Amino acid sequence: MNLGELHRREYGRILATLIRAVGDFDLAEDALQDAFEAALAQWPGEGPPQNPVAWLIATARHKAIDRLRRRALVAGKRDELAALLAQPEEDAPVPLDSLRLIFTCCHPALAPEAQVALTLRTICGLDTEEIARAFLVPVPTLAQRLVRAKAKIKHAGIPYEVPGDRMLPDRVDAVLAVVYLVFNEGYSASFGPGLVRADLCAEAIRLGRLLVELLPAEREPRGLLALMLLHDARRATRTDEEGELVLLEDQDRARWDRGKIAEGSALVEQALRGGPPGAYALQAAIAALHAEAPSAHDTDWRQIAALYGVLASVHPSPVVELNRAVAVAMADGVERGLALLDTIHLPGYHLLPAARADLLRRLDRRAEAAAAYREALTLVTNEAERRFLERRLAEVTRARE
Amino acid sequence: MQYLLMIYQDEKARAQMSGPQSDQLFQEYREFTQGIVTSGHFRAGARLQPTSTSTTVRETNGKRVTTDGPFAETKEQLGGYYLVECRDLDEAISIAARIPSVRVGGSVEVRPVAPTPER
Repeated sequence: MNLGELHRREYGRILATLIRAVGDFDLAEDALQDAFEAALAQWPGEGPPQNPVAWLIATARHKAIDRLRRRALVAGKRDELAALLAQPEEDAPVPLDSLRLIFTCCHPALAPEAQVALTLRTICGLDTEEIARAFLVPVPTLAQRLVRAKAKIKHAGIPYEVPGDRMLPDRVDAVLAVVYLVFNEGYSASFGPGLVRADLCAEAIRLGRLLVELLPAEREPRGLLALMLLHDARRATRTDEEGELVLLEDQDRARWDRGKIAEGSALVEQALRGGPPGAYALQAAIAALHAEAPSAHDTDWRQIAALYGVLASVHPSPVVELNRAVAVAMADGVERGLALLDTIHLPGYHLLPAARADLLRRLDRRAEAAAAYREALTLVTNEAERRFLERRLAEVTRARE
Repeated sequence: MQYLLMIYQDEKARAQMSGPQSDQLFQEYREFTQGIVTSGHFRAGARLQPTSTSTTVRETNGKRVTTDGPFAETKEQLGGYYLVECRDLDEAISIAARIPSVRVGGSVEVRPVAPTPER
């Protein structure tokens, strides 16, 4: 394994253990950076050590001690140094530390965008430039966000701990929300020019796997991992060669990633077992029905509509109602779906008029469809979606004339 | 670590509370305070008079300027505080969440107290 791969795979795990040992995010990050630089300088000449991870941990620890010694000379502070020297040396990352780090980075006392940035920076090991590019924010803004978040962890006393049983469910939800946010940022932007953003999907899936591994008794991490895998299986077919949006019913199902679908479907079953289903597991179950259907027509829309109904009771939201209305339109007739759509209040959300427009188009009510497409066009922000809506608008108006 | 728990609520709503509701809230505060004294978290705490009694002092061009009223007009006002000693933010948050005013629509700002500089 080369150093780059080692960095990708082990950075977060090693950092997690170092943070616990030195009790300070910045010191741990700097020391680990020093250790990777030392590896870069020494390994090509001397050959990599027998146990590269143990070497990196030991080296980072020594670098942290060096840094604390220098600080102690300047500031007369010796407590941290003594505390670190008193700790036993470790030669492998401790899984519990990764979990501690995740819960600290996704602490609700931090702003959501700070949680995301910190998670990608520390657990995934992405650098500041990569994260800034992925979220389309200036590098100094992102750097500032990280500095503030780390300062808050330190000064507000955000614990480096796995929350107790009573708090655990809420805190797991917060962690899952961050992971799903990362995934969606990558997924919804995959029409865009940035390949980096597709990497966000891969990072989110990696985080999902880590959570399943670290929280084996929790079912929702499995549900979320399943959901992400099932969406990701279709990613390549969501746009054509020109980068234009391709709807689910028109996607080339032969190109869907069967490996991911099989893995996702198996996880859905585990996530649904042993208690009332969670919101991620239900969404994953819906995604699995789509992924396993031979065509849009031969999809179990009735089952999908029913699952959206359950989802609406677990997690009430107008967006869920919107999806349920579309599934009902497919299962029980377009008029039934349209009647449901008209009861939904979702101001400013382009997919509501877009869905209405599509149902009206299917009913050949072209003038009303055109009006709904125009409304959707005033709200849409994604370029590929805009072009798609413009094409549809042109179709319904052309056919009318 | 020490945290200052600042209790904000709408003074007008508080003033309009009925007698029995108000008594109930006081009773809850007594029990809550006793609870955090017993658990060893309590360092200090008090209820404040309404902002209609407050005075703000500044210095402008070397001259003391005293004005009637709070520092800033806000929808919710600081109505009381606790100073608590906690292991970490999670513990402070769980104490803050149990402050009786939270139940009646108030909110609590949790602020860590800066450590005293070493001499």
